[in-house]
Amino acid sequence: MSFINYSAKEINCKIVYYGPGLCGKTTNLQFIYKKTRPEAKGKMVTLATETERTLFFDFLPIALGDIKGFKVRFHLYTVPGQIFYDASRKLILKGVDGIIFVADSQVDRMDANMESFDNMKLNLDEQGYNLDNIPYVIQYNKRDLPNVVPVAELNKVLNVNGVPEFEAAAFDGTGVFETLKSVVKLVLIELKKGA
Amino acid sequence: MPQSPFVMYDEEFKELTLIIEKLLREANSKCVYLVDKDGQLMSAVGETKDIDATSLASLTAGNIAATGGLAKVIGEKEFSILFHEGERDNIHISVVGQRVILVVIFDKRSSLGLVRLRVKKASEDLTKSIEKLLSRMQAGAAQENILKEITDDDIERLFH
Repeated sequence: MSFINYSAKEINCKIVYYGPGLCGKTTNLQFIYKKTRPEAKGKMVTLATETERTLFFDFLPIALGDIKGFKVRFHLYTVPGQIFYDASRKLILKGVDGIIFVADSQVDRMDANMESFDNMKLNLDEQGYNLDNIPYVIQYNKRDLPNVVPVAELNKVLNVNGVPEFEAAAFDGTGVFETLKSVVKLVLIELKKGA
Repeated sequence: MPQSPFVMYDEEFKELTLIIEKLLREANSKCVYLVDKDGQLMSAVGETKDIDATSLASLTAGNIAATGGLAKVIGEKEFSILFHEGERDNIHISVVGQRVILVVIFDKRSSLGLVRLRVKKASEDLTKSIEKLLSRMQAGAAQENILKEITDDDIERLFH
């Protein structure tokens, strides 16, 4: 749920990166953190296990600029991708304004992508959201690896609603900001519509 | 459909801040924060300059959400008070008016008993203010809706 603060003159929104384990959600955030000017970003919080797998969430606040004298800030969260952390994923979706679904393009991760996508729909449903009405985009990550599924195939399976989709290699940053910008725009347009 | 925005107006901001300033003094605490359940900082008073308020807000909300989930697992509705004890500083976290999280950080100049007592009193006042804020939000307070004024150009310009 976005938070409009007339006193501090701020508009705050929440974006969640969703996707199967090891698809690169945290890597997206790390790249954004690395490339954002110090004054436009807050601390990146990572709640991970000793083996650097996300345990609860990663969190990165960024400031995008001003609209009509209001600072526009986005809080970026990732969910833990591993299947058994489902209870945590549900909590992180609370109050979400926009979603980036990160898919792992490798052939042998297709089942995991589909499972995670269905899990996202289910968890959104439980929170009273509907994927048809919430701003979201899809990122096909790891395009730099061999053995990836063609985008047309991925689209057929994962992008049934025809939302904006991006090819990415989050490891070197390809497509990371393009994906973020796209969902930020969708969220702001949705906010304006609801006003 | 995403839920409608949580809105903080100047008048209620001042009201809420006055209440937590009073709590800060009466509980002898270091600092007091008000955070909404989704992790957005609403107001902060006291010795806040060395603390990253944005991280504090999001972690507190995550903490409340996680303990709320834990409560459900054992058949409780929620745990409305959390307390973390550190070597120097302690954190007292409580849910106010079902919507907002009150965070009090204190050291040896105060005590858990005093903080609990003062938090209880302040919570009553905060609940009233929050209810007022929520009903104002529901009424739409259309006279000052920034969202309506946003143009497509404004959105485009953010990225140039």
